[in-house]
Amino acid sequence: MMNSAVRVGRGIRWYLKQVTGEAKWDEYLGRARSEDFEPMSRRDFERHRSEHSEKNPRARCC
Amino acid sequence: MTPRSMVGWGAVALVGAVCWTVLALSRGENVSALWILFAALSSYAIAYRFYARFIAYRVLGVDNTRATPAERLQNGADFDVTDRRVLFGHHFAAIAGAGPLVGPVLAAQMGYLPSTIWIIVGVIFAGAVQDMVVLFFSMRRNGKSLGQMIREEIGTVGGVAALVAVFSIMIILLAVLALVVVNALAASPWGVFSIGLTIPIALFMGFYLRYLRPGRVMEVTGIGVALLVAAIVGGNWVGQMGLADVLTLSPNNLVFALVIYGFVASILPVWMLLAPRDYLSTFMKVGVIVLLAIGLIIARPMLQSQAVTSFALNGNGPVFSGKLFPFVFITVACGALSGFHALIASGTTPKMIGKESQVRMIGYGGMLMESFVAISALIAASVIDQGLYFSINSPAGATGGSPGAASEFVRTLGFSISPADLAAAAKSVHEITLISRTGGAPTLAFGISKVFTTAFGGGLAAFWYHFAIMFEALFILTAVDAGTRVGRFMLQDTIGNVWHRYADISWKPASWSASAVVVGAWGYMLYVGVNDPLGGINQLFPLFGISNQLLAAIALTLCVTLVLKHGKAKYVWVPGIALAWDLIITMTASWEKVFSSNPKIGFFSQRSAYSAALDKGKLLKPAKTMDQMQQIITNSTVDGVLMALFAVLTLIVVASAIPVWIKAAKLGGLPTTEAPYEPSHLVAPAEIFATALEKQAVRDYEDYNRKLAVAPGVPL
Repeated sequence: MMNSAVRVGRGIRWYLKQVTGEAKWDEYLGRARSEDFEPMSRRDFERHRSEHSEKNPRARCC
Repeated sequence: MTPRSMVGWGAVALVGAVCWTVLALSRGENVSALWILFAALSSYAIAYRFYARFIAYRVLGVDNTRATPAERLQNGADFDVTDRRVLFGHHFAAIAGAGPLVGPVLAAQMGYLPSTIWIIVGVIFAGAVQDMVVLFFSMRRNGKSLGQMIREEIGTVGGVAALVAVFSIMIILLAVLALVVVNALAASPWGVFSIGLTIPIALFMGFYLRYLRPGRVMEVTGIGVALLVAAIVGGNWVGQMGLADVLTLSPNNLVFALVIYGFVASILPVWMLLAPRDYLSTFMKVGVIVLLAIGLIIARPMLQSQAVTSFALNGNGPVFSGKLFPFVFITVACGALSGFHALIASGTTPKMIGKESQVRMIGYGGMLMESFVAISALIAASVIDQGLYFSINSPAGATGGSPGAASEFVRTLGFSISPADLAAAAKSVHEITLISRTGGAPTLAFGISKVFTTAFGGGLAAFWYHFAIMFEALFILTAVDAGTRVGRFMLQDTIGNVWHRYADISWKPASWSASAVVVGAWGYMLYVGVNDPLGGINQLFPLFGISNQLLAAIALTLCVTLVLKHGKAKYVWVPGIALAWDLIITMTASWEKVFSSNPKIGFFSQRSAYSAALDKGKLLKPAKTMDQMQQIITNSTVDGVLMALFAVLTLIVVASAIPVWIKAAKLGGLPTTEAPYEPSHLVAPAEIFATALEKQAVRDYEDYNRKLAVAPGVPL
């Protein structure tokens, strides 16, 4: 019972992190670790990402 | 199929059949709204299980051994393999908006039954098919846009016509959406207060994410939502704060404010306003939809409207003119079939799919969900008192604006509501008046407020009303921001073909002027709609509905073309029936809007009726001055010309596709621009819930890749 509640909670947290794009940072850090390079700061990383969305507008529908 | 699943699906089919039978046979008695809800859910389940599966595996031939563009071209930005459930969320947030909420509310004037049938049947055989098929073909072409695919697969003429159609239809869309907001906020200080506060809240969130704690989206969204709720609650005291007069804005002031806002928002950096607003509006969107579904099940409201009203047969309804055929179809619009989705399905989504089979869940499933939103909106509009419904939704020229006159007008329609009840209804949600608050948002908000008050208690009718208004206004404004930006990019790109420098999106003179053109265009239509003596929604919504369905016809033409070119002529009926039906309704509707001799329907006969009267120096109702007469003449000319233009553009696309169809059918297929086959090295499940076999496959795959493990553990 407790176990499944924890699992659902974790699932929701995972989902929200993915949907909001927060997980991108974790993935980037993971990549930096496995490919062994010095990661940039989170501020620069997020700035880089928002720069990209500046040039690629996502339509919102009716 | 195993015997167990046969029994299961038999049960679902039985529930569906019972619900449909009850809906079909009940007349003039109390019918629970849940019959509609469960008729929809069981029909969706069967369609998804059988028809969508058939389309995916037989018609399209999804191939899980084939690498998707996200896998082949993965760059962490545009092309990015995304978990199917996450992508479903992104895709749904992009396609769902105010359309499926507003359309069914207006269409409810014809009774609940026609819209229920079309929302469910339409989505199964047309809307969801279009979304999924376009998504698939775009995915097979590395995420090419609709316009690009039409140019390459049908021809340049069709491509140019499609581009012009997409751009101009988008302008109408933005104008009509903005009109809905203006009508919801005019003379509503509470609404203006809480919507106005979303701007500083979004700015705060933007700066928070940029400077204080970069990347903490969940945290800042939590703060934003709390502030948002505070802004809605706070609106209750605008009177006590002495702000009521300042915030009681006239429609024209709101137009002015929206145009300025739209322009500024589209040139500001995305992180400042657009992105944080998008977080808020997506959160609100999903939250309200879930809450509404729960609320409906708890409240179990009774339908107040008739199954089919006389307006459906006579075409003389006050909300919009015209008979059931074709106008119920074009008014429901987005909830059953939406051409705009083809732009999303050929935009970011196809570049993020990990496995081909997932197009079923994302394309078809996403649209079923949107249809469910439309069904909920239809129910919310059908459970309010019908006298009130028609008082809210009839144009001011008809109701006269006062409770006494409105009550009398509604009586002539065959419904009854006393002036005192009308005033009490407005008072119950702390609005100055509800009479002629057209556009659908106030009706929906009133319905939602009624459902929530019954379901959750607490006497919070006014809070829920403004909560619902906020929810609609918020994502309409997000759509306006994003739409203006997309329109600006399209314009810069097009002009950039001739004048290269103009395409540079970081060149301020180009981006500012392109933004100004786009805002100016929808701003003009908005102004026209707000000041239309005949009632803007009444005039413009059919234009919006028809243009959206025409865009769907363009997208479905592409689907038919590609099915034929891929040598699958025997399955061409799948997009074919959707296209044929869509062409029948849109062409009939455009024909009536352009050529009907009834001035209430045909734009040009409306024009000649008013100009003949003007020549004689006479006033024709509901115009009160000669200026208004002139205004009606100008508006109906503009509307009529636009209507004819959209229809002709669509016909050009279809006509240029027909030779390709014939050739492809004769030769049993034609070469296409499909990206060549490359084997996939990815393992991912197809549906929302992974099967045991899929889970095992993913585990094996992850173990195998452990040494390269970059992705954090994905719970299945």
